[in-house]
Amino acid sequence: MTSNDKIIEIEVLRYRPEQDEKPFLQSFKVPFTDDQSVLQGVQYIKDYLDGSLSFRWSCRMAICGSCSMMINGVPKLSCKTFLREYYPGKITLEALKHFPIEKDLIIDLSDFINKLESIKPYIIPAAPRTLEQGEYLQTPRQLDRIAQFSSCINCMLCYAACPQYGLKPDYLGPAAITLLHRYNEDNRDSAKAERMQLLNAHEGVWACTLVGYCSEVCPKEVDPAAAINRNKINSTMDYFLRFIAPRGGN
Amino acid sequence: MSKRSNEPIVWSLFGAGGVVVAFSMPVFILITGIAVPLGIVSEDVISYERLAGFAGSWFGKLFLLVIISLPLWQSVHRIFLSLHDFGITGGEIFFRVVLYGAALWGTLLPLFLLVGM
Amino acid sequence: MSTRKPYVRPMTGWWLKNPVYILYILRESTAVFVGIYAVILLVGLIRLSSGEAAWNNWLAAMQNPGAVLFHIVALCAAVYHAITWFSVAPKVMPPVWINNEKVPVEKIVTGQYILAGIIYLVLLGLILWG
Repeated sequence: MTSNDKIIEIEVLRYRPEQDEKPFLQSFKVPFTDDQSVLQGVQYIKDYLDGSLSFRWSCRMAICGSCSMMINGVPKLSCKTFLREYYPGKITLEALKHFPIEKDLIIDLSDFINKLESIKPYIIPAAPRTLEQGEYLQTPRQLDRIAQFSSCINCMLCYAACPQYGLKPDYLGPAAITLLHRYNEDNRDSAKAERMQLLNAHEGVWACTLVGYCSEVCPKEVDPAAAINRNKINSTMDYFLRFIAPRGGN
Repeated sequence: MSKRSNEPIVWSLFGAGGVVVAFSMPVFILITGIAVPLGIVSEDVISYERLAGFAGSWFGKLFLLVIISLPLWQSVHRIFLSLHDFGITGGEIFFRVVLYGAALWGTLLPLFLLVGM
Repeated sequence: MSTRKPYVRPMTGWWLKNPVYILYILRESTAVFVGIYAVILLVGLIRLSSGEAAWNNWLAAMQNPGAVLFHIVALCAAVYHAITWFSVAPKVMPPVWINNEKVPVEKIVTGQYILAGIIYLVLLGLILWG
């Protein structure tokens, strides 16, 4: 860093559970160059200005999903967001919304993990398959049905974007429903009826009011809003057709 | 296992209503609320004879029923969901009864009137 | 001994904090104007069924400046409803395949506008000259 570096103000919502009753804003002046990300900005703060600043990160290339945070009120991956985009304005960082803050920019994501586990995120074949039967064959068109929805990196930006999840954390949420849809749509899987029960509940697709912000913030263009809302049709058909053509479940 | 939601019933009505509103309501608002009252279009266009005649035909009855009741279902469902958005979490049953009751009334009353016209 | 003390942030005023949310609330509030107009039509139907004099009273009420103002706002609301409805409709539909190619979302959105335009013109034609 030279004295010719530009300086940007980064304001962080701090919270230290052992010392603070509630979060507070703390401002830092961070020198930067145009190639640097917000993640590098907080790393600078931790390395040179305040070693107690805590945050998650790993790959720094937008594939691990660890570095999610609110950047000027918008859920973003900090490794994929550049300081130059905000200069000379101020950057305000906050832990990902709609999750409890553990410390500084670190959230408690146990609810998210539980939701992902609850939707049976694995292939449940119609019948057990032996090695002799060989691999499953999948046409490009069959792969197309799941490719987009398989791209989720579990970064939780969609949960921070979704006001319905914020208002009622019972809601399964965008990523979990998208993952559920990904398995339902996989031609190797046969457990659609089981998973339907999760979708049919109010905490399933019916808590969604199609704000659509989840799909806007998704860094991998997974389009969770589409996965959820297509399943409103599926859930509706399941609701009305269950007496005519029962497919299992209540 | 989680309880199955009954939302599909109102959601279907909401969807149908939303389509009707999107594909026709601007025209009706323009004619009845702006063009005729301001004299841009002649009042004859929605005269008693013309509309009473229209309401006399079965097609007319169905048309009028659809453009009144379905938008009501769409409106009422969206308002109900918005209550939750604004943080009103209590009184769910009360609001459902009032709002969906109003839409039901706004379906049965036109039906009753049109059948008799 | 755990020293965790997770802090839960309140949701009050959430929709004011992001322009995306404000637009969403705007979209949802079109429902109020749509509902009121549907009730206006319902009242009109009641008057229509009561006879010519009652119907003419309804027509006269529409000429009230307050009524015209309401309808101008309601027209904007209905149009905004239509615009937002067309843009989210592709999210509710499964992908459409024609000739082994997926129809892009933009085409579905444009298609709805074209269909709406045709329907509006047909309705206007029938009302004005039919």
